[in-house]
Amino acid sequence: MFAYIVRRLLLGIPTVLGVLFILFSLFFWFAKPEFIAKRALGDKAHAEQIEKWIIDHGYGLPKFINTSESGVKIVTQTRIWQYYTQTLMFRFGNADLDNIPIAYKIRKGMGPSLALTVPIFFVVLFVSVSISLLVALFRGTYVDRSALFLCVVGMSVVFFVYIIGGQYYLGKVLRWYPISGWSDDHMVHFLVLPWIAGIVAGIGERVRFYRTIMVNEINSDYIRTARAKGVGDTSILFKHLLKNAMIPILTGVVMAIPFLFLGALLTESFFGIPGLGRLAIEAIQNNDFRTTSAIVYISALIFIVANLLTDISYTIVDPRVRLQ
Amino acid sequence: MPVALAAIELHVIQNVIAAVVLLLVVWGIIRVIRHPFWGVRIRGVFKVGSAVAALAVICGYLLVAWTDSVSWKSPVADVESRYAFQEGQPRSLFDRIFSAVVGVPEYAYKEDSYSSPLAKVEFVDKDRSLKYRHLLGTTQTGHDALYTTMKGCKPAVVIGTLPLMFAIPLALLFGVAAGFFGGRTDDFVVYIYSTIASIPGILLLFALIAAFGKGLPQISFGLGITGWIGLCRLVRAETLKLRELEYVQAAICLGVSRVRIIFRHILPNLMHIVIITAVLAFSGLVLAESVLSYIGIGLDHSWGAMIDNARGEISREPPIWWNLVYASIALFGLVLSMNIVGDAIRDALDPRVSAAK
Repeated sequence: MFAYIVRRLLLGIPTVLGVLFILFSLFFWFAKPEFIAKRALGDKAHAEQIEKWIIDHGYGLPKFINTSESGVKIVTQTRIWQYYTQTLMFRFGNADLDNIPIAYKIRKGMGPSLALTVPIFFVVLFVSVSISLLVALFRGTYVDRSALFLCVVGMSVVFFVYIIGGQYYLGKVLRWYPISGWSDDHMVHFLVLPWIAGIVAGIGERVRFYRTIMVNEINSDYIRTARAKGVGDTSILFKHLLKNAMIPILTGVVMAIPFLFLGALLTESFFGIPGLGRLAIEAIQNNDFRTTSAIVYISALIFIVANLLTDISYTIVDPRVRLQ
Repeated sequence: MPVALAAIELHVIQNVIAAVVLLLVVWGIIRVIRHPFWGVRIRGVFKVGSAVAALAVICGYLLVAWTDSVSWKSPVADVESRYAFQEGQPRSLFDRIFSAVVGVPEYAYKEDSYSSPLAKVEFVDKDRSLKYRHLLGTTQTGHDALYTTMKGCKPAVVIGTLPLMFAIPLALLFGVAAGFFGGRTDDFVVYIYSTIASIPGILLLFALIAAFGKGLPQISFGLGITGWIGLCRLVRAETLKLRELEYVQAAICLGVSRVRIIFRHILPNLMHIVIITAVLAFSGLVLAESVLSYIGIGLDHSWGAMIDNARGEISREPPIWWNLVYASIALFGLVLSMNIVGDAIRDALDPRVSAAK
């Protein structure tokens, strides 16, 4: 087991390096540094100012090979080397746009993001697993068919129709909750509306996903055997069916972890929640590539770890799985 | 060559593309219906009532999108002086049909500001009467809401299919190569897609568009790059399975060339996966475009852009709700029908699903 974890983590290294290469080529190769400088300094900046900004922020070095230096510096005094070493050491530096340390911004954004996504995630998980269990029990009947149809209808509505609808009805007409905004002291007050929108938007797709799993399991032999020996419905659902359906459910749960940290990109910007998702979107909109690449790097790391955790958790729920 | 290309006008190229697409679709439908295997399977789709209704709805959308893609210039007519900029501009078949129905050219069929559905006076300034009656009201710039909504069909259909034109060949190439040749090739392909998959898709999409700029080719490329991985995984797994089957092994033993095996024996048996994924991906792509429009990097005239323009107006008193509602309903109708048809096609084509029932 330990050897397996170490090997998987080592295999993650080339992946991380690859991710960094994609980010480097997107942000610091294809995008011109003058462009980023203009974004930060404003369109009216002088040419000397722009040049100074580019050199100060480390965009002035050659990209891959520095021919004006000698020795090791041929490799180290280049943008790709600096980018790789700084990012791998988690030294993200200051944001291009407002000179606030990126690490501080990310730490500050993580709290609101988790406060938004964790409750949504667990409520959606609980509700959709319960509904799918129920639907699997009534499979093939009109209950099943109408539930499936409702799921497809729910999946076909654009996500932000729920947001706008919730803001309009609960926020503007009923005046129960603020339409958007944030305050650290009255967090829940501002979070209820985003929670509702997120839960309603997520349930349709999840119920359908879990229903497929449950129906596949409920048709299997061990359920028929259990029924034949007279086990009741409740016991079949929770003891036999749910335990076996845990494997695919668990995959979904663990793989969702990176996205919990990242927050709900759209929900956050719609409701003005100062989380990581909004940070990422604002950074991209303002061409603040340093911040964007830091966020993407961190989420890629979490993704790789979550991938490993999924495989480890298989061994816990399914004793047949052995990792070597 | 570039000089020659520049001489051909854009709308002519669009017309050629529209004609080719129509011919390909008709040819494809005839081939599939006559095919001994596919014909039977596809007829299974038509036995589901909801799927037939959904297919009819989709055909409506496609018809509007197609007529909107074919355009030509009219001989210079006596255009009203305030619409002189329209002179010599190509107008699409859809524009012409719409103008014929309402009785005025579509560019003249507009007001100065909002009007609510079927109103006689302007919405904001109640003293000013409208020039025309508008069945569904008008948008902020005074354009007819029905016309604007129907104009959204073309960008939606284009964005639902163009990324697939890019993603499907890529996924097939990499997936089949990885599954069939194994070894180093497999390691390489798995490395490529697991690296791209480690970046959250939506962030990668935004980053691609931020780096390459807005526009239809860039958005399609971005959606394709983030979308091919799922299909590639499926294709690779299925190819691994197919390679071990007796008929493929026999073909290898008989010395049939690899290329021929891939084209004769592997690819036809992957087609059901490709078709199912493509149909189900369509609605995801249309929804993704509307999300991009919200960020401000989507296509012009799409329903996403329409929702984005209308979402601030809902907070006015009284709220201007109609544009938001039309765009959402249009989007919902297309995505819902596509989902229903996609499910029916999956039930008809996927052997695993039919076995589970």
